[in-house]
Amino acid sequence: MLLTAVTFLPALGGLVLLLVPRRVASAFKVGGLVVTLATLLLSVPLYVGFDGDVADFQFEEARAWMPDFGISYHLGIDGISLLLVLLTTFLMPVALASAWHAIEDRWKEFVVTMLILETGMLGVFVSLDLFLFYVFWEAMLIPMYFIIGVWGGADRIYAAVKFVLYTMVGSVLMLVAILALYYQHGAATGTYTFDLPALTRWVIPPGLAQNVMFSAFALAFAIKVPLFPFHTWLPDAHVEAPTAGSVILAGVLLKMGTYGFLRFCLPLFPDASLWFGPLVFALAVIGIVYGAWVSTVQPDMKKLVAYSSVSHLGFVMLGIFTLTPQGLVGGVIQMVNHGLSTGALFLLVGMIYERRHTRLIADFGGLWSVVPAFSALFMVVVLSSLGLPGLNGFVGEFLVLVGAFQTSPWLAAVATSGIVFAAVYLLWMYQRVIFGEVTHQANRSLPDLSPREWALLVPVVVLIVWIGVYPTAFTGKTEATLEALIAQVRAKASVAQ
Amino acid sequence: MTADLVFPVVLLGPLLPTLIVLAAGALVLLLDLLPLHQARELIGPVALAGVVGALLATLARWGTPGRAFSDMVVLDNFALFVNVVICYAAALILLLSMDYLRRSGAESGEYYALVLFATAGMMLLAAAGDLVVLFLALELMSLSLYVLAGLFTQALASSEASMKYFILGAFASSFLLYGIALMYGATGTTNLDRIAAAAAGRSHDPLFMIGMGLLLVGLGFKTSSVPFHMWVPDVYQGAPTSVTALIATGSKAAAFAALIRVLTVAFRGAQPDWTALLWIVAALTMTVGNVAAIAQSNLKRMLAYSSIAHAGYMLVGLVAGGMSGAGAVLFYLLTYTFTTAGAFGVITLCERARDEAVEVGDYAGLAERHPVLAAALGLFLLSLIGVPPLAGFVGKFYVFAAAVRAGYLWLTVAAVLNSALAAYYYLRVVVYMYMRAPESTPVAYTPSLAGALALVVALVGIVALGVVPAPFVDLAQAAVAPLVR
Repeated sequence: MLLTAVTFLPALGGLVLLLVPRRVASAFKVGGLVVTLATLLLSVPLYVGFDGDVADFQFEEARAWMPDFGISYHLGIDGISLLLVLLTTFLMPVALASAWHAIEDRWKEFVVTMLILETGMLGVFVSLDLFLFYVFWEAMLIPMYFIIGVWGGADRIYAAVKFVLYTMVGSVLMLVAILALYYQHGAATGTYTFDLPALTRWVIPPGLAQNVMFSAFALAFAIKVPLFPFHTWLPDAHVEAPTAGSVILAGVLLKMGTYGFLRFCLPLFPDASLWFGPLVFALAVIGIVYGAWVSTVQPDMKKLVAYSSVSHLGFVMLGIFTLTPQGLVGGVIQMVNHGLSTGALFLLVGMIYERRHTRLIADFGGLWSVVPAFSALFMVVVLSSLGLPGLNGFVGEFLVLVGAFQTSPWLAAVATSGIVFAAVYLLWMYQRVIFGEVTHQANRSLPDLSPREWALLVPVVVLIVWIGVYPTAFTGKTEATLEALIAQVRAKASVAQ
Repeated sequence: MTADLVFPVVLLGPLLPTLIVLAAGALVLLLDLLPLHQARELIGPVALAGVVGALLATLARWGTPGRAFSDMVVLDNFALFVNVVICYAAALILLLSMDYLRRSGAESGEYYALVLFATAGMMLLAAAGDLVVLFLALELMSLSLYVLAGLFTQALASSEASMKYFILGAFASSFLLYGIALMYGATGTTNLDRIAAAAAGRSHDPLFMIGMGLLLVGLGFKTSSVPFHMWVPDVYQGAPTSVTALIATGSKAAAFAALIRVLTVAFRGAQPDWTALLWIVAALTMTVGNVAAIAQSNLKRMLAYSSIAHAGYMLVGLVAGGMSGAGAVLFYLLTYTFTTAGAFGVITLCERARDEAVEVGDYAGLAERHPVLAAALGLFLLSLIGVPPLAGFVGKFYVFAAAVRAGYLWLTVAAVLNSALAAYYYLRVVVYMYMRAPESTPVAYTPSLAGALALVVALVGIVALGVVPAPFVDLAQAAVAPLVR
């Protein structure tokens, strides 16, 4: 019941808030925060109660939903989904708190939309039934569409529509693949079911059918990640979304793509995963380098952070498709890291935008003397994002590269350059914004961090340091799952051959 | 030879739901003649009571199939299921009409009587076990709708819609009639079961094939399948919105019911032939509907093209065939009716006077002025896109599942890509409602109680069908079971 409670508490809270008259805007601010914090609290027992030595799904719940069709309400988490559930419940209150002053009108709708979005995202991570998963996967699109389109920047409508159409084209093809898989499995085994564990136990014969189904799933996930060359929706969506939306987009939504590869593509289509592996590997490396280069030349801080996501998510994909224990653990940790550091970067850029109503790097300079606290926290986050040892980013990228070197030293070498470029674009941006003389008069009177901003940045920074210093607290929960996953992929692929 | 003439036993039981509607129609006409003012007030409620009575009679007969007039009328579970859809659509439209007609200054007894007669025609169409009854029912429905489309005699568009609908409809009816004649020539009967028996083994008889083709043309017109869809946009746009809603839901459901019955019963033996034909028609219908809908700025016209596209999805289910395919189509009809009737309901409520508030631009900022109406229309549109967990998604899911099961992968791919494409134009309305400021000074209006009730029913319907579809899908499957043997 715990997973159901965690998943549906936000939506339930949203429905209750829907009944509150809209005159009292503060009720929605406080109400949203209370609901998301309660969800966070409720998800803590998941972390505590999760046994990291067991690779199986835990906290499982299963109930028949449409029994004639083999559709069930089946929830459960393993080491991968646990971290992502926690990341989601952690980032939600942070995102809501960041919107305190940034969102000016329609707070009621905003909070309700965010809460429904949270349920959708959590549902994606905890579903163990393909139908149920697809329901959450699609349902979650709409609240995000509203967040970008209603509360976004100047070009928000274009960005919102692009976001929805892009993702929808990918996911409808996945629906066909889900159905094809369902009937293939049914015809082969006699049991028609959408249950993921049952489908995973079955070994799909290798060949064209498996490759096509893999492609359909992979396309949906690759668009979400986004894997080069499916990334073009991302800069628009991230830049136009309000800060809270960008934090959730970068922090959680992109992880759904990489999560999809781990949860569905690898175990369901092992042969195809191995067959397509080199291609994905190469695309990931292209994304790493391309994202870094494009980030370097961005004049707008938010755009820079957005493109850096393409690069960072390339590392995650690289790690996953090494199919080595180090690569996978690195990839999963990197998913959490990216959620924290890029989320924090969006928060910081959002804070400075609230003060100055510009995000152009050229409009700043010398902020260290004006807003020292802001600059210091900005420094920590930038260093975390570029992978400084001792902070979280290093752990993930290092493990990914260790895995990648075992698979393909040459491509790994190219990928490593992405870390160097990350240092270039992040530090160069930091230098232009924070150091030097104050070049604009308007910057002289900027207020430093308010208590609210402290309160929402400090937990993120604490986690950044915690993962950097003691990653075992998180990797320990996920290693068993990932080793079992690799063993499963290799075993199934060899059985089929 | 008079000894051979056997008069069938007259069994009115299977006709009861239809008769109730017809009786209500007659009563409405009588009430309209009374000089009393109070009598006119009663017209709407009486009409509604007739439809609700028919609905109850339908529910009461569930599970007890009946045949009457030498199998000319077959009130099996299939017909009963479609009756529920039709009665729901008619009831919703009556609820919406009461307020709408008053605002449009077109209140009249004929309107209600014609809606009831059209409804009776639809119900009979779903239960037609004989091509002659099918034709009669189709004409009863169509003639009523032709008049209804031209109800706003002052508006040029309305008269134009009526005229177009009538001429093209008459054309299609003659095709249908010709097809029936050829079919009779080929098989010596007009009864669906006996056609199947007579055609067994000689399905490639040219007379039979041409007859089948002509029948499909006639029914294709009523189901608004491409290339027989030309009338749809003009009629949907020009007709009074409540009538458009009836054409888009009830008449489409009835036409699809007739199509399913004719294909699966009479043309059982020729399945490979009509499947190949419908494959192309389905792909064309979806694509033409969706592509054309993108370019529309008039909401009614956009929904007209969207209804063409939805006909395409349903044809995909028919192509898939079998119990799962036909059952999926039946369930789709249910979800589609709830959703489309709801969407037209919101438009009806928003329409201030003739031809106002039907352009997409008129909906700019609706979320600010009428959050509830905007949210309702938003949900209906999302359901039309097929966003889970709303009814439209489950309807599409079952249709696509049936198609994949039957091995029509490419058709399914075309269908899902179409539904992604459709998201664009549906969401554009949402963009206007939620993300743009009003273009002109909006007029305040409050929905009447009847209108609000209609919307609530539709909303509950799309959520319930989306979250707990299993029982309704089972009913739909059970309903087609006697047809698909």
